[in-house]
Amino acid sequence: MLINVPDTVVTDALRGMAATHPELTVDVEGRVIVRRDAPVAGKVALVSGGGSGHEPLHGGFVGTGMLDAACPGEVFTSPVPDQMVKAAAAVDSGQGVLFMVKNYTGDVLNFDMAMELAEDEGVRVAKVLVDDEIAVTDSTHTAGRRGTGATLFVEKIAGAAAEEGAPLERVEGIARQVNASSRSFGVALSACSTPAKGGPTFALPNGELELGVGIHGEPGRERRPMMTSGEIADFSVDAVLADLRPTNPVLLLVGGAGATPLLELYGFAAEVHRVLAERGVPVLRSLVGNYVTSLDMAGCAVTLCARPTRSCCACGTRRCARPRCGGGCSSRPRQRRRRAATGG
Amino acid sequence: MSGTASASNSDPVPARAHPDAGSGGSPDEGLDAAFFLRWLAAVAAAVGREADRLTALDAAIGDADHGSNLRRGFTAVATALDADRPGTPGAVLALAGRQLISTVGGASGPLYGTLLRRTGKELGDARRVSVAELGAALRAGVAAVAQLGGSAAGDKTMLDALMPGADALGASDAAGDPFGAARAAAEEGARATEALRARKGRASYLGERSVGHLDRGASSSALLFATLAEVAR
Repeated sequence: MLINVPDTVVTDALRGMAATHPELTVDVEGRVIVRRDAPVAGKVALVSGGGSGHEPLHGGFVGTGMLDAACPGEVFTSPVPDQMVKAAAAVDSGQGVLFMVKNYTGDVLNFDMAMELAEDEGVRVAKVLVDDEIAVTDSTHTAGRRGTGATLFVEKIAGAAAEEGAPLERVEGIARQVNASSRSFGVALSACSTPAKGGPTFALPNGELELGVGIHGEPGRERRPMMTSGEIADFSVDAVLADLRPTNPVLLLVGGAGATPLLELYGFAAEVHRVLAERGVPVLRSLVGNYVTSLDMAGCAVTLCARPTRSCCACGTRRCARPRCGGGCSSRPRQRRRRAATGG
Repeated sequence: MSGTASASNSDPVPARAHPDAGSGGSPDEGLDAAFFLRWLAAVAAAVGREADRLTALDAAIGDADHGSNLRRGFTAVATALDADRPGTPGAVLALAGRQLISTVGGASGPLYGTLLRRTGKELGDARRVSVAELGAALRAGVAAVAQLGGSAAGDKTMLDALMPGADALGASDAAGDPFGAARAAAEEGARATEALRARKGRASYLGERSVGHLDRGASSSALLFATLAEVAR
């Protein structure tokens, strides 16, 4: 591993971010990454965070149109409430703060504690849970579905709404809706290694893959002998579509787990597009790359968002120039501006 | 771990029942702040010793960081207690709990932090507490953990060691060996998690595949009672 010692992996990376990104304010000791122009007057602030090891999530998503602040925890370990309270205080413009939390026991507990503490300090806080990953069944017998790739969509789309001046309740509602319309399924071709362990965190023999793996290497549904990219695409897309029936063109994320080359990911993306076309699901826009990773794991994940609610998610710009771009817009920017002016 | 070494040597509480009973006094005399300082120093040492084993347990059904997370937390606890040296059992536990919440993260931080904070709060500002009072306070702390985690006995969590341990301590009469009984009950509870299917936390994603593995939270919780028995000897 390219590290000094395991204990300083996170702070070392934060020092690197500070040195590399002048547009960010990085509190290395306090472990908070904030956009430099925060708090942005009149804007709802978005704060996220979680264990490290999933980069660029979340710190890499801090900036105009996405997060106002991110709180990185230790590797695969939720950050502590102190970080989120500090982040909320740094970015709140008076319009309130939205915590975006992936559904893991530790993240939920720490963000809940932080929410109480921040509210004690007079910050209005709302919270949205992301739980898109469908390998784990959502029942009372588990901690519930896990948050994975949809985090990107939630942070991007809610971030665009906040940037345009939507009030807290609306940003929260959009984030909830995006999460509710998103599903993910991931596959591991190799285990990941944490710095603390110094080796693989689970055993996945060469020539086998884990279907439905979690982003911390948690086991999924089943283990099978190696499959082709096309077979993995068939299995993953069908797993997602078993749980999600899109009526509109979808947003697609073909995500890498960290160690799978883009060459392979694009080949996999072609197969995913093929399967979606065969199943009659049109794609509005797609992304390919490493957004929600698992350290050095080799693998891939398919995330679909069934009902884009805003123009910005489709065209990716801060303010959509066209009255309706792509196929997913529900309203026009001009109408939204008026609502923000009267409602805010 | 310099904080752990000095915690047992520089006793800020002057009252001592018997010089040869150590700085904590015997259970009949009541347990003072120094006793709790020694306990938490012993926990920090034990967690440091056992960190690799706890992490290995976590690797089997979790994400391989339980040992390193607790070691970071209890090292911070030892440092804070060394600097602050609170004068009552309640204040020692409350400060330790706050440190864990602020330094551990994950689920362990809030859960262990709440356990110690709530137990400390229950003890109030008494300078000495009886074993029965500690047992009752620990039970309140364990109940707070159950509420925060939304879990119950048998879910294959730390509660499976904490509940029997706290109950044994609370139920014991002073004539017996309450700390030994609590240690045995907690260790038995931790061992019994091997046969359970996890219903909470990260291990729950495994479903049936979690059976046959010890729960790491129950294993680390048993260490709390093992070290308690050690410092009470």
